[in-house]
Formats: sequence, C-alpha cells, structure tokens
Amino acid sequence: MSVLIFEKHSRNDASWLPKLKEPEEDILKKLPKEFLRKKEAGLPSVSELDVVRHFTNLSQKNFCVDGNFYPLGSCTMKYNPKCLDSIASATSFAQIHPYENEEHVQGALRVLYEMQAALSEIMGMDEFTLQPAAGAHGEFCGLLITSAYHRFKKQKKTKVLIPDSAHGTNPASAALCGYEVVQVKTNARGLVDVEDLKTKLDGNVACLMMTNPNTLGLFEKDILEISKLVHAAGGLLYYDGANMNALLGICRPGDMGFDIVHLNLHKTFAVPHGGGGPGSGPVGVKKELISFLPKPRVLKQDAWYTLEKTAPHSIGKLRSFYGNFGAILRSYGYIKALGRDGLAAVSEHAILNANYLKARLKKIFDVPYDGFCMHEFVMSARNQKKKGVKALDIAKRLLDFGVYAPTIYFPLIVEEALMVEPTETESKETLDEFVRILLEINKEIDQNPQKVLDAPHTTPVSRIDEVQAARNPNLRYKGI
Amino acid sequence: MQYISNTEKDKLEMLQTIGAPSFESLLSDIPKALRNFKLNIPEGISELELDRQLDELAHLNKNFKYHMSFLGGGNYDHFVPAVIDRLALRGEFITAYTPYQGEASQGSLQSMYEFQSLICELTAMDASNASMYDGASSLAEAALLAVRFAERKKILLPATVHPEYREVVKTYLSFLEAEIIDIPMKDGAMDFDAFRKALDENTAAVIVQQPNFFGVLEEARKITDLAHQKGALLIACVNPISLGVIEPPGEYGADIAVGEGQPLGNSVAFGGPHFGFFTVKEPLLRKIPGRISGMTVDRHGRRAFVLTLQAREQHIRREKATSNICTNQALCALKGAIYLSLLGKQGIRKVGLLNLRNAHEASDRLLKIKGVSAFSQKPFFNEFAVIINKDKAKLKESFKKYGFLGPLSMENFYPEISSGYLVAVTEKRTESDIEVLAKAIEEA
Repeated sequence: MSVLIFEKHSRNDASWLPKLKEPEEDILKKLPKEFLRKKEAGLPSVSELDVVRHFTNLSQKNFCVDGNFYPLGSCTMKYNPKCLDSIASATSFAQIHPYENEEHVQGALRVLYEMQAALSEIMGMDEFTLQPAAGAHGEFCGLLITSAYHRFKKQKKTKVLIPDSAHGTNPASAALCGYEVVQVKTNARGLVDVEDLKTKLDGNVACLMMTNPNTLGLFEKDILEISKLVHAAGGLLYYDGANMNALLGICRPGDMGFDIVHLNLHKTFAVPHGGGGPGSGPVGVKKELISFLPKPRVLKQDAWYTLEKTAPHSIGKLRSFYGNFGAILRSYGYIKALGRDGLAAVSEHAILNANYLKARLKKIFDVPYDGFCMHEFVMSARNQKKKGVKALDIAKRLLDFGVYAPTIYFPLIVEEALMVEPTETESKETLDEFVRILLEINKEIDQNPQKVLDAPHTTPVSRIDEVQAARNPNLRYKGI
Repeated sequence: MQYISNTEKDKLEMLQTIGAPSFESLLSDIPKALRNFKLNIPEGISELELDRQLDELAHLNKNFKYHMSFLGGGNYDHFVPAVIDRLALRGEFITAYTPYQGEASQGSLQSMYEFQSLICELTAMDASNASMYDGASSLAEAALLAVRFAERKKILLPATVHPEYREVVKTYLSFLEAEIIDIPMKDGAMDFDAFRKALDENTAAVIVQQPNFFGVLEEARKITDLAHQKGALLIACVNPISLGVIEPPGEYGADIAVGEGQPLGNSVAFGGPHFGFFTVKEPLLRKIPGRISGMTVDRHGRRAFVLTLQAREQHIRREKATSNICTNQALCALKGAIYLSLLGKQGIRKVGLLNLRNAHEASDRLLKIKGVSAFSQKPFFNEFAVIINKDKAKLKESFKKYGFLGPLSMENFYPEISSGYLVAVTEKRTESDIEVLAKAIEEA
C-alpha cells in the first residue's frame, strides 16, 4: 500500500539550515506571546534521504510525455525540450526579483517585450499581455476587456455566445464577468451553425467565444462570415487558443477577424504541464482594445525596456507581478529555437499525424464528423458500447499498454467521445503502435470484454472508487 | 531546431494512407484569403546558439546569488535546498498532465493530497485545494466566495494589505454587486476605530493580511472575534513560512485562509510561477475553487487518490461552477510540499526563528543610524518598514555602490510614505550582510 510522507519516521534536524545562535526562548521574546503559535504544526519528521525516496517513488507512479505516448485531446501533450528547463533554471532568470530597479532586470524585461511582439506576429494581433497565469485566467482577462470596451463605448451588453462544443472554462469565465451564457448549436458538419447563430445575435451580445479549429478538430470554414455577422451586431469575436497548435504559420486568428485571443503556452508553446500547471495564458488584442489590457505592459523606449507607468483605461491587475515568467521564458526560447520554419513544421506534422491516425482508426471506431481534420479528431465508442464496453473502459485498458488515454466524454455533443491529439512530435512508428494496441483492445471487446471492463491491470492501483471519494471526502491526513 | 520525429518517407506514406495528394490538400477548409501571409519571425537556431543568446540576456539581470537582497513585498529570497529542483524537475512530474486518469497519475495525486495535508497542518485549517495561481488571485477568489456564500455585499479591505493584492481583489469583484470598503491604517496596522465603524450586518468578510504589507503583525484574533460578532467571515492572507512561529489562521478562527506559496521552496523567478494556497473551515468545504485530490480505494480496496468534488468545477458545471479555474500551479505546489517535508516540524520552527531573529537584528542596527526611524511600533516577523530621511537618489547610488538589491522603496505603493523603505531579512542574511546595508545607508 502506498505510504504517506506523514507515516514515515526518521531523523530530521533540518541541518541544511544554519544553526540558531541564541536559545529559542530568547528569540521568541521579540514578539508578544499572543502572536505566537501555541500548538506545534503537525508536519512529518523524516530524513532527507526518505524525502528523496518518497517523492522519487511517487513520480514513478505517473505516466508522462517523457515516458509515454499521451494522445490527450485538446491538451497538446507534445515533447517539452529539455534545454528550456535549463534556461528557466538559470540563476539570472530564476533568482531575480520583480521589484528590482529596471536597470537591473533589462534582460528579463526584454524577454517579456519580445514575447509580446512575437505572439502578436504569430497570432495577427496588435498587442499582447503576458499576465494571465493559465488559459482560464486568459479568458477572464479577455472578457474583462470585452466588458471594459463596451462600457467605454457606453453600450450595455448582457450576453456571451458560446458554441455547445466549447471548453467548460468558456461559460465559467463568462459567468464570472456577469454575462448570461447563450449556447450556439453545432450543425451536421460539426461546425458552428450559422443559421442558429443569426437567431441569437442581437444588440445585447458582448462577444462570441470560439475555438478554431473547434473541439471536434475541424476548421470553422465559415469563420469570415461569422466574423462579419458578429461585428455587424456590435459584438466582439473572442478566440480560445487551446487549439492553436493546428495553425502556426498556416493562418492567423487576427486575420480571421478575432478581436481578442488567448493562448495556452503550456499547450502550443511547449511549456511542460507539470501535472496541472504552471501554465501561462497570454491575451492578444486588436489596436482599439490595447488601452484596456491589464497593467503593466512592457514598453521599449529606444534601447530601454520599461514597465508602463500609467494605464487609465486598463482593466487593472489579474494577479501580482507580471505573469508566470518562468513559463513565458520557456516559450520565448521555443519560438527562438524553432523560428518561422520550425513553427510551420509544428502545425504541419500535428495535422499530418492526426489525419493519419484518424484514417487508420476509423476502421475501428465510428467517426461522427468525417472529412479532413486539423490537429486532433473525435471518435465515438458507441458501437463498442453496444457490446457493453464504454469509452471509459477503453481509456483504462490503454493504460495497461503504457499509453495514456485520449480525452473522453468531451466534447459533450459526441456520444462516448474519445478525443485524440497526437501532436507533431510523435513518430509514425509510435502512431502505428497505438493503432495496433487499439486493434487488440477492440478484439478483446469481442472475445474477452471482462478484461477491458476490469482494466487497468498493470497500473499502481486498479480502477478507483470515485463515488466514495466524493461522498465521504478525505482531503487530508488527519493523524492516527 | 525542430522536434519532429517523422521522416520525409514517413510523411509520404502517411499522406498515402490518408488519401491526400499533398499536405496542402488537408487544409482545404481554410479560406484562401487567410493563407496569404508570411510570418515575420527570424529563422530558427540550434540549441547551442539558443543557450548562448539566452545566457547573454540573463547576464543583463542582477541575481540574488551574487547580489544579496533585502527585497520583499510578496516575494522573498529564501534558501531553496537542492533536493527540491532535483525532484520536481523529474520528467514524471514535470511532463504529466492534470491527473484526470487517476490510475496513471497516482504520483501527482498523492503529492497533491500530501500538499493539501501539509498546508492544513501549517495553517490549522480544515481543508485545502491543490493550489491556485498566486497569493493575490487566491485572496480575490476568497472574497468572491465570501460574497456569494454570505449573501452580503461588503468586503472590508485594509490599506495594509499588499497594494497589488488589493487591485486584484477589485478586478475579480468588479462584476458582483459587491462593495469594497477600504479601511485606513494607523501605525502600520489596520485602524481599529475605522474598522469598527465599517463593520456591520451587511459585511460578508473582513480581510486581514498577516503579516501585512509593512511586515507588521495585525491583531488578527481581535479582528476575527469582532468580525464573527457581526456574522462576517474572516479571510486571512498569511505568509506560510511564518507559521512555525506565528499563530496560524485556524487557531484565531479564520474561516478562509489563503496566501502566496513562493517562500516555500519556489525561486522568485521575476514574480512567477509560484503557487497560491486556499484553505477553509469545514462548512465551506464544498465551496472551494479549483482542483482537490481525495483519498479513496481502488477495486481491490487499496489506498488510492483521485480528483474529487468535481461537481464544483467548470468542466462539469460550466457557467454554474464555483470558479473558472482549471490549470493551476501543480508543479510549484509540489515544490512547496517537498520543501515542507524537508523542513518537517523541527525545520518549520527553525526557519521561522531564523527569519524572526535576523529581521530584528537588522531593525535594531538600522534604527541606530541617524536619520532612520521606525515606521511602526508594532511587532513584525521577517520584514519591517523604516523611514529614511536621506536623499533617495543618494541612497540608490549607495546601494548600487555596495552591490546589493533593495530595500524596497514605498514611493510607488504609498506616495504619502515616499521616504519609507521595506526591509526583508530572511534566513539567508548574515550579520555582515546587515552591516553592509547599514553602512550603505550611513554613507548616503
């Protein structure tokens, strides 16, 4: 059984810290008693070796991109170049303070400034903020800008339109900004239903939030018409950049008519996911929205990089300091290393890999929206479900073969959805092996379905009781 | 530099299987008008060249390793033991996704559960989530929770809370029918008379930062008791590294306790990434924003961990979620968990005592200098404010001459205290460091 760090005991004298020069009591006299902690904090007591061994053992219970194919749709689990980790760990980037005098951090400010410019170019926007810490934070930022813009124009807008295939963060972010969320339908081709959109567009629409390619992995080919319609109704067009890995150097959201975009640097721009962050969610805007960006932006005056001092129309601050600098720095290095041809190659091979897998897998699974896809595609296990095996079971069985599962049950509009995103960094050989494994699992569904239903068999734990976890929440160690 | 694994031969074979004559033909859905551009980005470079170029940029920055630092104001120069990066940078941690497939993510999930447990022990609170973006956004989410939960409109926000945090709270609450009441300060702490006057039956929550922006310890227990008498929640924003020595928020009765996790094993990194933490007392358990790992069992009855209480979250509840947060700061929180594990119950006390001692030594020394006076007479932990009646430009010159960073001028934060400086003194500072600072001030 897995042992908690609290359940281990060995000698710990924290001798990696310097010795106290005076007795504890003397030091504590510096504070009135009522400010002092009375009961010792119940932290563990273990040696350095035991800490190292504990967390090393824990790490070995994880699947990860470094060790496993990770075709998790909408998450862009590409290889994260190791040189970027080294750059982010460099002393003169890792050990600098956000409140140092500007003359002492010109290197860091230059990274931020050039990143604002590079992302603007790649996305076809006029300016970027790097402050948001993640995609959802970026959405919040974009919607605050939307709201500030309409207020500035003295327009009252109450609604945000969101396709039914959208990520859950879209409606959650809109709600946080006080908007009513109105869903737009997906048509039979898997695209935003323009006719439905027309019926929902009116003077109260603040913006339409879209992902392109959408979460089905399809390019919204009516985008130019959609853009015209939204703008004619006085709304803005918002781009969720979760799927930008499909479009680098191929086309630009700014040219499609998007007014606001957010990116997930931890998807498209190679920042490792870290088991759920840190990410970074920069937001780009068109010219007329620049003055609403969060403060401070980094500006360049001659050869001097400086933080913006006044921003009267800014939406304010979304977090302390200037963003997840360490993540931004990794993406800065990534863009520099790849250059324009390398960036285009990313999307080329992301699209090629997805279409190849789709072409091979459609012989096993139902693909509800056919045609060429972009960087990912969604298939359905509804035929397998008729035989008693669900998408969830297939996902769990994949783990036994050392492959992480695709995203399942998303988007919500596809029954028994399996969303596959191979990314550009995987080889044909890896993709072929994935197909072979799914063929084998599909055979099992016919011949020995129980094996799939009982999966996984080889992971550190077998199928987890999620119901008990939610019903009787045990969210912390409480001692013996 | 490219990280593509397909060969040209693979590519041709793949196109054949797809049934597409060329890569271009896969893009037929994209309107022609959108294809007519060329990226204005320089050509790629090798890893060797990248390393050299970034190294040149790095050298334009002054780091704490070679320039001792007295800078604080939310991020502090604490010692990060080698173990932390060695473990946290393991590919198994750093290149894993959010642990949606629990069976293949027990490492991340158990370390999140341990993180939550460690933070609860430290803060003496009942439950914690698996991390937030940072301290400021955690505080803002706490205020959001309070307004919704209490169904009251007012949030009392003292002027002694970090100015950037106050701005973030205002940004987050701008769309609720909430009213933020600024409480002025007195002697570097919350003004009690003003606080009492503002507190009423319509107050959702009172925020207190402990220690506050000036390093001063607020009378947290008294503030909490008064807040509770009016049925308001108490939100404490605490410095976690102080809690081995300073009374934790759970003990004085805070309902929500949040804070910035950077001091716990995370490098300052120009302000991020770090992590925020978010803890509550039992009644607010199901209102917590963000991801939570829970302990349960697998099919064979073995201990297992899984993301839980997901019915609060955006991917299930969409517009009705408690928060829109999705990706958080898992790896930074992992560093925090490793740091607290390394410290243990002995170390958390020791590091607190070292900070407390060094800061008081520095304060005693600086206050002996002519022209230097205390900003506040109240108790403090590892950071304190002084008024230096000397020419600011000369002071800056003198700091530069001696080659160290800080202290932080309060000019940009509180223009009315323009000769104030915030001095942060961690376990890393030695007697001779303090002497250098004193000399630099004396000579200015």
